Amino acid sequence: MRLREIVEALNLEILNEGEHLDEVVLGGYVGDLLSDVIASGTAHHLWVTIQVHENIIAVASLKDLAGIIVAKNSTPLEETLENAREEGVTLLRSPLNSYQLVTKLSELGISGG
Amino acid sequence: MFKKVFRVEGGNFQKAGSVSKQIKKILKQLNLDGELIWRAMIIAYEAEINAVLYAHECQVSLEITAEKIYMRFKDKGPGIPDISLAMTEGYSTATRAMRERGFGAGLGLPNIRKTSDHFEITSTVGVGTTLDIDLFLN
Ligand SMILES: Nc1ncnc2c1ncn2[C@@H]1O[C@H](COP(=O)(O)OP(=O)(O)OP(=O)(O)O)[C@@H](O)[C@H]1O
Ligand SMILES: [Mg+2]
Repeated sequence: MRLREIVEALNLEILNEGEHLDEVVLGGYVGDLLSDVIASGTAHHLWVTIQVHENIIAVASLKDLAGIIVAKNSTPLEETLENAREEGVTLLRSPLNSYQLVTKLSELGISGG
Repeated sequence: MFKKVFRVEGGNFQKAGSVSKQIKKILKQLNLDGELIWRAMIIAYEAEINAVLYAHECQVSLEITAEKIYMRFKDKGPGIPDISLAMTEGYSTATRAMRERGFGAGLGLPNIRKTSDHFEITSTVGVGTTLDIDLFLN
């Protein structure tokens, strides 16, 4: 499934379009500890997190993640948006919590990889 | 043989990861294997973040030969009083502010060691810490 279709199905808010909306999403990962995500994050997987500071962008970019979904409508810092624009990282947001998001992603066939 | 030196500024969160990004670009341009780049990024990111979190500044040397990728992170900073403790999974002196940002799981150094083919750490309290890392190309 393409990221764009997931955005529509889950009614995600696009905070930064980035370069990945037409990418096929191969799986997903949940985490709020950056060391965990940099080690376990996989290319073309979606990352669900409640972290909103600028360093999440480098993690997504270095690991070629498909995008970041910020859970619980957390508000990213201005620096986060700035880095996302600069790096072409697709940054999305939802009022749902991480568990609810994963449940919905799973229903769409997006697995843990 | 390819050689390049970078500098990481301690305390600069907004720029944290930018040296790793430059290294990634070089490895990609050299057409290195994707899995190898992926491992190099775990190492570079963790070492760079530690420099940003704990050191004043850090010099990063990247060398690529036909056999291996060599990375050295040599920082000026407080140093590490007990290296084996610092290498323990879960051990962290990260402040509350750092933890709120998702740092401080105490996994950085253990993951660098796990991901490297060869790993060495030396540190002098009050002077700084040096990491030497090899990733073999095959
Ligand atoms: N360059 C350094 N200079 C001084 N102390 C360091 C340095 N790197 C690591 N340390 C010390 O070693 C500890 C463990 O480092 P490690 O990278 O494994 O975990 P962390 O940085 O605390 O958490 P994480 O990397 O999971 O976000 C740190 O909390 C810090 O006390
Ligand atoms: Mg660390």
